[in-house]
Formats: sequence, C-alpha cells, structure tokens
Amino acid sequence: MRIGAGAGFADDRIDPAVDLVERGELDFLVLECLAERTIALRSLERLHDPDAGFDPWLRERMLAFLGPCAAHGVRIVTNAGAANPVGAVRLVAAVARELGLRMKVAAVTGDDLTRMWRASDVLAPDVVAAQAYLGGEAIVRALDEGADVVVTGRVADASLFAAPVSHAHGWRADDWPALAGALTAGHLLECAGQLTGGYFADPGVAEVPGLAELGFPFADVDAAGGVVVGKLPGTGGVLDARTCTQQLLYEVHDPAAYVTPDATLDLSGVSFTELGDDRVRVEGCAASPPPATLKVTLATWAGFVGEGEISYAGPGCLARADLAIDVVEKRLRASGLPIEDLRCERIGVDAVRRGVGVPPATGGEPAEVRVRVVGRTPERAVAERIGREVTGLWTNGPAGGGGARRSVTEQLALTSAAIDRAAVHTSIEWVDA
Amino acid sequence: MLRELALARSGDKGGIADLTVVAVDDAAFARLQEQLTAAVVRDHFADLPVTGVDRHELPQLRALKFVLHDALGAGVSSTLALDPHGKALSSCLLALELPDEAT
Repeated sequence: MRIGAGAGFADDRIDPAVDLVERGELDFLVLECLAERTIALRSLERLHDPDAGFDPWLRERMLAFLGPCAAHGVRIVTNAGAANPVGAVRLVAAVARELGLRMKVAAVTGDDLTRMWRASDVLAPDVVAAQAYLGGEAIVRALDEGADVVVTGRVADASLFAAPVSHAHGWRADDWPALAGALTAGHLLECAGQLTGGYFADPGVAEVPGLAELGFPFADVDAAGGVVVGKLPGTGGVLDARTCTQQLLYEVHDPAAYVTPDATLDLSGVSFTELGDDRVRVEGCAASPPPATLKVTLATWAGFVGEGEISYAGPGCLARADLAIDVVEKRLRASGLPIEDLRCERIGVDAVRRGVGVPPATGGEPAEVRVRVVGRTPERAVAERIGREVTGLWTNGPAGGGGARRSVTEQLALTSAAIDRAAVHTSIEWVDA
Repeated sequence: MLRELALARSGDKGGIADLTVVAVDDAAFARLQEQLTAAVVRDHFADLPVTGVDRHELPQLRALKFVLHDALGAGVSSTLALDPHGKALSSCLLALELPDEAT
C-alpha cells in the first residue's frame, strides 16, 4: 500500500500534493499541519472565536484535494483539526457537499485536555491549552468504519502516517516489527518536502535540481512493514540516502529510543539503499512497546510581543544602527513601561546568530543593516509602544533610516508534561456529506 | 572548515536544538568521529545558553547527532529570537574550523 505526504506543516504548499494524488497511485494522502507551536496558536484563536481553531488553509486544501482524491480513490488523514477537529470536519463536509461529493468524514477527539487541566488545582489553572499526543488507534478505527477523511487534533506525527498503514494491512497494535517500518516511514514523510530536497540545498555542497518544482514524497509499506520511499518522475528535488539520513535523524534526540505513542522506535540501525529513480529502501528499524504515559503540551499565556524594524545602508550604517538601538533603549527605559526581555538586534550582522559575525570578523562593514527591537509585556498598549519607538526613528533617529515596520502579537509559552494513558479517552464524531 | 566535510540539518523541540551532521565520505566521517566532540560543539555555540550536549554516533549512516539542551531558551512559542527554531544553527555549525589532520 502507498501513503503520500500532502503537507509537512501548516503553511505548506498545495500543488505538489495535488500532483501526488493525481499521478501517485496513492491509497492515502496524509496532511501533517501541526508544528509544536501551531496548536497553541490555534488554541488562542479559539479563545477569541469558538468556531475557529483549526488549520486556516483547510478550506483551500479541501477544495484542491477532495475532487482528485474522490476520482482516484485516495482517502485523507490529517491533523489539521488542531484545537477544533469537530469544527474542521464540519468545514470538510461542507466543502464536499459544495463539490457534489458523497463522503464519510470523521473527527477524532480526546487529545484536548484543557478542561481537565484547568479543573485540577494541583496543576497549573492558568493553562490556555493542554493537548496530549495521541497514537493512531482512533484513526485506524475511523478508517475501519469507512471514513473517507479523518481529521484529528494533536496526534504524534509518525502515528498520523502509520495509522492508515495499520488499517490497510490489518495489523495488530502490538505487531512491533511491522509497526517499526510504518512509523519510520511516517517519520520520514512527516515534513513532506524535507525528504525530497527541501531544507537541504546548499549551492556548492548540496545541489538540488528543480527545487522550484519540488515534489512531495510517498512511501510503499508492505504487509511485513518493509519500506521503500520515493517521489514521482518529473518532479523537482532529490530523494537519496543523503536526504533520507537527514530526515531520519531530524528532531530525533536518542536514535535508539525515539518515543511515539504507538511504539518506541530504535532507529540506530537504520540503513538506506538507493534503488535509482528517486527510490530508497529503508531497513533496520525496530520497535518496542511505548511508555505507559502520553506526552502533553501545555500552553500558558505569555503576554504581548511588540516588535519594530528599520534599515540603515551605506557607509557608517553599522554605527547608525547602533545609535538607533541606543536611542530606542534610552527612550523605552525613560518611559518606565513594564517591558520584559527587551531584545535589540542588527539583522545582517548578528541577529540570527548573536554575538558572532560582528565586523571585523566578517571582513568589515556590511552594505546594510536592519535594526530589530522586540520586547514582551503584559499590556497591548505597551507592546504597541515598542514598535512605535522604532518607527519614531524615521524623524527622531539617525540619518537615512528606512523601511520601518512594526507589529504586535500575542504569545503562549509551551511546556511539556506526561499523563497516564488511562486518563485520555478518544472518540470519533461522524459527519455525513 | 566543517562545511567541506559534512552536511547538517537543525531541528527543535521545546528549548532543545538538535543538529544532524552527515559526513560526505568515510574518511571525513573518521575525522569527525575523532575531532567533532560534544565539547567542541558546545564551545562553538558558546553564545547560546546551552546546558549540556548529547552526542550519538551512527556509523552506517556516517552521521553524528548532537542534542543541545536549552539552546533555544524557553522554546519556540515564547522566545523573542529572530530564528526561534534555531533553523540557522546547522549552517552556523558548518563554519567550525577543525584542527589540521595529524598525519
């Protein structure tokens, strides 16, 4: 059976996934739309609007995918439900009706533990969102019962991909050798284009042909859990042992113990065999029973972030940028406003990498510098003030400041906890379209 | 420079940054096994609030894995950094100068 990666993060591209559905002979298209921070941001949206809280591109995605998926017999599994899977499936069903398609659409719920967490006086009552990383069990059940589209909230990325494989082969949940292959395939696919040459190209040392036409990957997983990953002919990018090695170890801490809710993977013995034509065989993965607890990500409100940027160019730009920073710092300090963690940076010099790369280490002055000032505060008006002190440099700062911009965002802080599996109850809600 | 010997990729989980370093050939991997220690990586990122570095070797993949604890501070959703995920750290690591080969 074949699973295709249709998204690797919330803002991912749509066209490569449509191509995969149309030409890829897929059984399932899996859309992974939740980075660590995404669900916290969606939770915040849902606080302001109870009908929001799922992937903002879900409608666009379903308009693009549902027709081709129905035509080619491809079923969809996605975690795009984020903080509101039930709201998300209602939208999916509505889009299906709009397109004149009859589909069974299911939401998997149970990951959201916010109410439980807030009710507990032992734990943090100020938690804005608490979601457990579910395994694939409820997805398998929904697919067994005939779902064409399954929408979840937080599910471990590898499990999201492994679940349709388990369903297709009818595996037992404790078939560790088989699950090892499916979960490893899922881990390789979960960032979509990162397996096919995205996040890889480095001209001179790592060439990627056709990066602009980068294709998304698929995996063939046989009944014993044997895995071959590949990408479609005619798509850009590269899929070889190098890209597979990078993605295998991506965000893995101990390769001998990569914990998912469905199994703990041992990736330390994995090897790759290039089969040609952008196909790679994956061997040597193993799995053992998972821990008795599930990981929970907790989000607490962290305040407002105010930010401003302005650019200086030409001779003396670095000195003018430093003067601008000095001026903004003095003005904000004199205001006496409650600003935490004020941070002033010089983009183009030492912003991405602080304390490194300052001239003369880089051989002299850069052609231009962009000043970035950012700070956190409990009050929106104070956050606005941080950005306004930067735009204020236009007429009240050094010579030649240009391109000033400012913004205010709300922020959530994330921490992790563990919860006993028995305390987490998944269920399936059906919507007929 | 490490960029001549290896490719690298950064990832993040909470405040942890992880770096995968894959040598371009067996000779390069042998050199990295000896010279690219956890301490060397720790020193290279002396500007980050790293509290510990784990190192794993995967010889069949010519790969080294480095896990930099607390490198990203309070994690993606609360840090104010321009690159809160530390996506650029892999390229920064490749600027590392290794000692000349002792032959």
